[in-house]
Amino acid sequence: MPTFESHGRAYDVDEDGFLQDPSIWNEEVAKDFMVTEGVNELTEGHWKVINYLRNYYLQFGIAPMIRKLCKETGFKLNEIYQMFPSGPAKGACKLAGLPKPTGCV
Amino acid sequence: MSEALPKHEELVQIRYDVPRNGWRSAHVDFRKGTYSYSAAPKNVQYLGMANPRHWRPTDKDWKLPPDWKQIILRGMKERLEKFRSFRLFMDICVRCGACADKCHFYLGSADPKNMPVLRAELVRSVYRRYFTASGRLFRGLAGGRELTEDVLKEWFYYFYQCTECRRCSVFCPFGIDTAEVTMIVRELLNLVGVNTNWVLEPAANCFRTGNHLGVQPHGFKDSIDFAVDELEELTGIRVEAPINKKGAEILFVVPSADYFATPHYYTLLGYLALFHEIGLDYTFSAYASEGGNFGLFNSHELMKRLNNKIYAEAKRLGVKWILGGECGHMWRVLHQYMDTMNGPADFLEEPVSPVTGTRFENARSTKMVHICELTADLIHNGKLKLDPSHNDHWRVTFHDSCNPARGMGLLEEPRYILRNVVNHFFEMPENTIREQTFCCGSGAGLGTDENIEMRLRGGLPRANAVKYVRDKHGVNLLTCICAIDKATLPTLLEYWTPGVEVGGVHELVANALVMKGEKDRTTDLRGEPFPAKEAAVHA
Repeated sequence: MPTFESHGRAYDVDEDGFLQDPSIWNEEVAKDFMVTEGVNELTEGHWKVINYLRNYYLQFGIAPMIRKLCKETGFKLNEIYQMFPSGPAKGACKLAGLPKPTGCV
Repeated sequence: MSEALPKHEELVQIRYDVPRNGWRSAHVDFRKGTYSYSAAPKNVQYLGMANPRHWRPTDKDWKLPPDWKQIILRGMKERLEKFRSFRLFMDICVRCGACADKCHFYLGSADPKNMPVLRAELVRSVYRRYFTASGRLFRGLAGGRELTEDVLKEWFYYFYQCTECRRCSVFCPFGIDTAEVTMIVRELLNLVGVNTNWVLEPAANCFRTGNHLGVQPHGFKDSIDFAVDELEELTGIRVEAPINKKGAEILFVVPSADYFATPHYYTLLGYLALFHEIGLDYTFSAYASEGGNFGLFNSHELMKRLNNKIYAEAKRLGVKWILGGECGHMWRVLHQYMDTMNGPADFLEEPVSPVTGTRFENARSTKMVHICELTADLIHNGKLKLDPSHNDHWRVTFHDSCNPARGMGLLEEPRYILRNVVNHFFEMPENTIREQTFCCGSGAGLGTDENIEMRLRGGLPRANAVKYVRDKHGVNLLTCICAIDKATLPTLLEYWTPGVEVGGVHELVANALVMKGEKDRTTDLRGEPFPAKEAAVHA
């Protein structure tokens, strides 16, 4: 199983680099993983998205609808792409420690 | 995409030369960008399938069972006996080559093993060696090939470079359905635990939560409720969207991406608006909350197990018939397999439109109607008030999704709808639409990030046709009726044909729909100002 190492910490990840065990997530995970998704710094906006995803995930066991994420955080989809170049389902979910969505997405 | 995309200049260097090595050499170079990850053991286990383990296609040792060869040959024997189509397709190909240049993967990669004739020959040669008298006696001289681990790896590589789109079959003078060959080979690979995660994880999710994405019932309700709220903001009308409502007339089944992803979501809003307007007595189901069936990309057995939920839920809820949304391969399963696999659904009634009284005779057996059939009939009978100028900001083309088009012959209905809801509709060249439609390049479970190079190659013919209408007619929206299309075509078009967005047919229906009691609508379902209103403001 692949591991991802950063700042002296090692994480079990899947082949796309998503955290294998979402329950071990903390803010350091987001900071450690941001380089893999082309994110240079974590602004207030980034945290708003990450925290929203995280809380939704804890309640529903999955990421929210993309449209809902945009509406609830107040960011347009293209603004989310500016913050997370690999997009909401990949970059933002990875930093928030969520599994990667699968299916017709 | 966290990985950098290949450069255009490199991808368009497609050389259709004759390769130096003969096709019999089975060695495959698993190059990054051209294959998908293997299935995670937890998903293989969850589905009760063979040989769960960690492995990677790039590994030398795939950790196959010691008797893998016997398992495959026994599996072939069983399938040759069970599926007459498989034996027929193994026997009758005369290698005329009519299919060779019809495959989008061959056109985009120039790899001869992506000619459908040669891709099938990879398994046909093994069939000949072990299952025909001449092959058993004369082996290579009779066109036979030994089954080796390299051959198995080659199967995995090339049968996961087929999207089961069946364009080649349209041109085959013998009617060989290459998709069925791909299905059988993937089924054989399954027997020894060779499969991909992008197919098995959605399938496992579907068993666990009712849908490919793994959305649980409370999450499903949360998403539908959100859509109802947003539709009210857009139209001023609060619609009902029942879930698990016993005794509803119709069970409505959609691909789960419709209540998760964008642009799919706008189509969901479209359904909700339309159903409210015609007063449809329907229900969603949290159990049958998936139209798609990733079992189709894996094995007949898995397809059957996943498909079963739809009839089971229709029975439990006591509906009269079933309506299906803008889903692609759902319709292949439905049209060609459902009735014999899990039917007959004699507890349901022959579908009749409650608004027009039209009897959907074509669905007499399956009891399941495509939403485009319902809507086209509503329009034909003058039951919808439509203002196509609401879509004047779009110059629209239509991509025939492989399965509704070639799998069930749904060619006219979406076009009829579009011509009634938009003012600017343009067809792509005729050899790229309808029965001859070019695949998105990402169907049949190939829509992964890691497979991006093959997706871009396979999607090139489609993107090229889109470019034609973009440049000639200023097309800026490609509509389609498949969730995989909606997920993967935006990436494809952004790469090859920037400036063309992707949307659903029922998104445009609801943009044009004039609803009774609606507020003065100023925007489309995406929240963009209606063109006429915008012009009025400027004036």
